[in-house]
Amino acid sequence: MTRYALFLGCTIPARQPNYELSARKALAKLGVELVDLANMTCCAPPPVQSIDLETSFAVAAYNICLAEEADLDLITLCSGCFESLCAANVALKHSPELRAKINRSLSQTGKEFLGSKEVKHYLQVLMEDIGIENLKQKVSKPLNNLKVAAFYGCHVLRPSGHLKFDDPERPSILENLIEALGAKSVEYRNKLKCCGGLLRGYSDEIALDLAREKLANTSKAGADCIATLCPFCFVALDIGQIQIRSKFQETYNMPVLHYSELLALALGIDAKELALETHKIKVDKIVSKIP
Amino acid sequence: MQCLEEEKTANLTFSEELRQEMLGETITLCYQCGTCASSCPVAKITPSFNPRELIKLSLLGKKDEVISGEAIWLCCSCYNCDERCPQKVAIALAMFALRNIAFKEGYIPNIYSEFASAILYDGRIVKVSKFIEKKRPTLGLPPLQPTGVDALRKILSATGFDKLQVREEEMS
Repeated sequence: MTRYALFLGCTIPARQPNYELSARKALAKLGVELVDLANMTCCAPPPVQSIDLETSFAVAAYNICLAEEADLDLITLCSGCFESLCAANVALKHSPELRAKINRSLSQTGKEFLGSKEVKHYLQVLMEDIGIENLKQKVSKPLNNLKVAAFYGCHVLRPSGHLKFDDPERPSILENLIEALGAKSVEYRNKLKCCGGLLRGYSDEIALDLAREKLANTSKAGADCIATLCPFCFVALDIGQIQIRSKFQETYNMPVLHYSELLALALGIDAKELALETHKIKVDKIVSKIP
Repeated sequence: MQCLEEEKTANLTFSEELRQEMLGETITLCYQCGTCASSCPVAKITPSFNPRELIKLSLLGKKDEVISGEAIWLCCSCYNCDERCPQKVAIALAMFALRNIAFKEGYIPNIYSEFASAILYDGRIVKVSKFIEKKRPTLGLPPLQPTGVDALRKILSATGFDKLQVREEEMS
């Protein structure tokens, strides 16, 4: 049994039970045990980094300390949490000066960052701990009739020097994991471009423009749905379609599913257990294509 | 010629201040090639944001123009520029460093003061409502573990974040 401390973050428990349920059920079925630790906080993502970078490192380090105390590596579902925690973990491991500075702040909480643990996105756990061939064996309801547009978003891939997730310009992990479920991964223009998610609330206009391009390009490529890894990309593309419809009078009706939802369905988990009603753009036509 | 004049009169105090900010130290390596701007998804949409231009203005010491403007808040933090910069300037981080300075000087977009309050009071940027928390067992989700708000406040106090927040509240 593979055990990880789950870093759940804020947006997933607050808004996306579909993400949490699918990830918990699919990972359990694959033999990955998730441990929920007490006293975790916000991961200190770009909104906090924008206010004070030193604080963001200290908050990320505090959460990593909790995993160190539990002697577990961390697993994240959200790409934002992954970037904040993984980048802080690597930066603090590599810079004794930064670590000393952050540990001075952490000492107020009785914690000390040791640098003894890893931070992984759950896709890395699928690749490294489960493996593609093993995953293929576990698929009981192959998604043979689905054409899926892989969307990485930004913060699993970049900054690649710290995250070391995949080639930042030519990644293949997500496409391979989609095909492992029996689906066809479809190529589309500007696949690696940002969804605009982080600009929502500050400049909705630019944010929607970026999301709109993604929806237009995936539609043009004939995708049945988009597969996401991040709750912010999900919001930008799912709820974003409602806003795009009223702002630009454009209807895409493109289902957006987290990869974990496709994974759960392919592993034979009942669609009724996955809170799929959370989706603003209905996913019924996707579910009905699964035997 | 205009550039030369600008260089002669540049106020270098600001680039030094930026270098001193956490992780802002690579900014002076920039030679203005524009790879960042041509890789930037936001710059493709709006002329209001151009990372190369922001770095140039910063290096020329145009502090007030940079930190009071809206441009620094239009970076979408996608890190494309960082990946492609031939000089390995940490451009996305430099944008954070500029925002950090703007925040200290009181230039704070509303949504960011909301983020600051949320983290200080709830320990989370997006609050989990009591309604959602109660609904978890009916969906088949385990109870949420408590949030480490007390520890977080101690950290925010140690780094001075809570004072930034107080200043922001005084100003509003």
